[in-house]
Amino acid sequence: MKAPRFSRKTLCIPYAVFLLFFVLVPMAVIFVYAFTDADMHFSFWNFINFFSDPTKIFTVIYSVVIALVTTVITLLIAYPTAYILARSKIKKRNVLLLLFVTPMWINFVLRINAIRELLNWIGLLGTANYFNTIFGMVYDFLPFMILPLYTTIQKIDESLYEASADLGGNRLTTFFRVTVPLSMPGIGSGITMVFLPSMTNYVVSDMLGNSKVTIIGKFIETYFGTDWHMGSMIALILLIVVFFSAWLSGGFKADETARGANL
Amino acid sequence: MNEPIIELKDVSKSYDDNLVIDHVNLTIKKGEFVTFLGPSGCGKTTTLRMIAGFDMPTSGQILLNGKDISYLAPNKRPVNTVFQRYALFPHLNIFENIAFGLKCKKVLNTYRNDHGEEYTKREKLTKKEIREKVSRALTLVDLEGFEKRSVSTLSGGQQQRVAIARAIVNEPEILLLDEPLGALDLKMRKEMQIELKAMHKRLGITFIYVTHDQEEALTMSDTIVVMSDGVVQQIGTPTDIYNEPANTFVADFIGESNIFNGTVVGKRKVKFCGKTFDCVDDFELNEPVDVVVRPEDIDMCAPEQGILKGTVISVVFKGIHYEITVKVGKYEVVINSTESRKEGEAIGMNVSPDEIHLMKPKYTTNVFEGVITKRNTVEFADGEFECDVTALYPGSHIDEEDYLITATGERIDLTGTEVKIEVGLGDIEISDDAEAGGTTGHIISIIYKGDHYRLIVRTEESEEDFVFMTNDLWNENDFVSVIIPKEKIKLSLKNTEEKKR
Repeated sequence: MKAPRFSRKTLCIPYAVFLLFFVLVPMAVIFVYAFTDADMHFSFWNFINFFSDPTKIFTVIYSVVIALVTTVITLLIAYPTAYILARSKIKKRNVLLLLFVTPMWINFVLRINAIRELLNWIGLLGTANYFNTIFGMVYDFLPFMILPLYTTIQKIDESLYEASADLGGNRLTTFFRVTVPLSMPGIGSGITMVFLPSMTNYVVSDMLGNSKVTIIGKFIETYFGTDWHMGSMIALILLIVVFFSAWLSGGFKADETARGANL
Repeated sequence: MNEPIIELKDVSKSYDDNLVIDHVNLTIKKGEFVTFLGPSGCGKTTTLRMIAGFDMPTSGQILLNGKDISYLAPNKRPVNTVFQRYALFPHLNIFENIAFGLKCKKVLNTYRNDHGEEYTKREKLTKKEIREKVSRALTLVDLEGFEKRSVSTLSGGQQQRVAIARAIVNEPEILLLDEPLGALDLKMRKEMQIELKAMHKRLGITFIYVTHDQEEALTMSDTIVVMSDGVVQQIGTPTDIYNEPANTFVADFIGESNIFNGTVVGKRKVKFCGKTFDCVDDFELNEPVDVVVRPEDIDMCAPEQGILKGTVISVVFKGIHYEITVKVGKYEVVINSTESRKEGEAIGMNVSPDEIHLMKPKYTTNVFEGVITKRNTVEFADGEFECDVTALYPGSHIDEEDYLITATGERIDLTGTEVKIEVGLGDIEISDDAEAGGTTGHIISIIYKGDHYRLIVRTEESEEDFVFMTNDLWNENDFVSVIIPKEKIKLSLKNTEEKKR
């Protein structure tokens, strides 16, 4: 009698089932909804409507701009922080890193509410909606930028800094010609982790922007209350935008240069 | 050629109270090939790093062409380094790696303006100049056409060459090499040794080379600086270092040696292995000395013709020579000779006077500083030992309450008294039972002296050394406890003047 064959591939079945029902099927549903009208007939109307409606296009561009500004500010704050943390010789630097990362472990809604109260207290809530939105997002996503940067900078061999100094490079040269290029993988994954969520995270814009700031995520949510077909179309367009920006920031590279900072 | 380029003046360096370089004085002449040689942890790399500017001395001065550069940043020094693991930039290709230093550089160019007046300008090198220099450097290390290759596609030997090219392309006054051949296999290493030596001749600049490989040092250097424990043991040419080692450490570390305890018994006469030999070194009569004889300097002859007579106990063929071990009474003598002998054969041995090297023994006794405890024991070298405290005051004794009663009847509480402890080289035993002795440590040095071993055990915390002789064979790095019999601990009160200071 032949023993029942149990291959390691069998273990993949639960994952395959999950993938099928929670990724592929919903995607297909969105795709179908996006290209049908209310009577479930095939139609390009949603597509045409989206690109002929300036409000919708403006919302997308607007979301991208908010996300871009958030990402740039986050990077400008996170890089020096990560650099100092990674290169400091203090023994307790893990504790310091933890201080920057712990906010991630506190409930997101709670954190945003706290910021809202704070902004209300200093009188900014309702008066500086855009500033508040970006402020909230930067605060929220900062750890996601610091962590990958910290990991890549920490992995840079100390002797490379010494080599640069030895060859006549001053601190600035060493920073821009050794540290920054070698931390590119970390910059890439940090950007991916901040830029994409900040385009869609409408909880922040709702609560801190006093519901006056509409980003693409909010837009989708609103449409799914009334028009699933239009909502699906916007979701699909967002997917393409996200895919494109992930490709731009090098998130798909899987080679060794990523050095563990990839997602 | 003969003017000094680098001078180290009384340079010390410590990390967190741990002294790694201990008052080093050193002068390196222009154009020399100097090697820092020593076992790992001897401070050779730290010395190199201080010359490069990566580490700053804790005290003392480093002079370059007479100017103090002790605290100058590495990028301001006309010095380039070939790193131990090359430290090539992984994100740059070979051309960009080598051009890195050239792109940082600014040179003075002279121009003539419309009125025919000359003026100078500090400018970066042009792209064309950089390209030419890089390609010349690549030719020098035999890697023509490698400009576009990435670092990860190169073998260890090729990366090594790129590292050298990257350093010498900047035309430094001094090239520092930190164990550059350590990662290469034996054959490659031999080839690179010859190439580096040739490169040194061609470039005419000063090379400072760090290695723990004595053969490498002997092959390549003009001058060898032997270091151990952060202290320079000897500076000299390879021939000097080999033929006239300054102490037993150098003799043992470089080449093979027979090291014996000897006594000076007359003018240029020394007694060791139970016989008297003529020698060329002058020492005081009756002074104990270390005697070093190289295995290849012992001549074998018929038993009746030799000063020493013995029986061959082992013969090992080593390729170019035989290593013959001879038992002479209780001593063992090692001879390297192209002639073979049979095991069990009786032979005679002679050593010509100029092949007998006498040196002052570095250690004649162990001296420590310690404190008397309330149990009337003594604490020193991270441990506690039983001792006879009455020796501190002649004629005294201890009463029932552990107080010391002096000869005049004075009652003294000795607790906390600072004392000097002296222990002879023959009065220390060690045990692998950590509980057996008063303190514990690791064996850091073993030297065979013909009929016994001289060991050094260093304690972990305060790094005190116990030097002693033993007949037992131990291994370096063994963790042992140190046993000193109560009566062998000689106590004396610490100098009161010293205490006041």
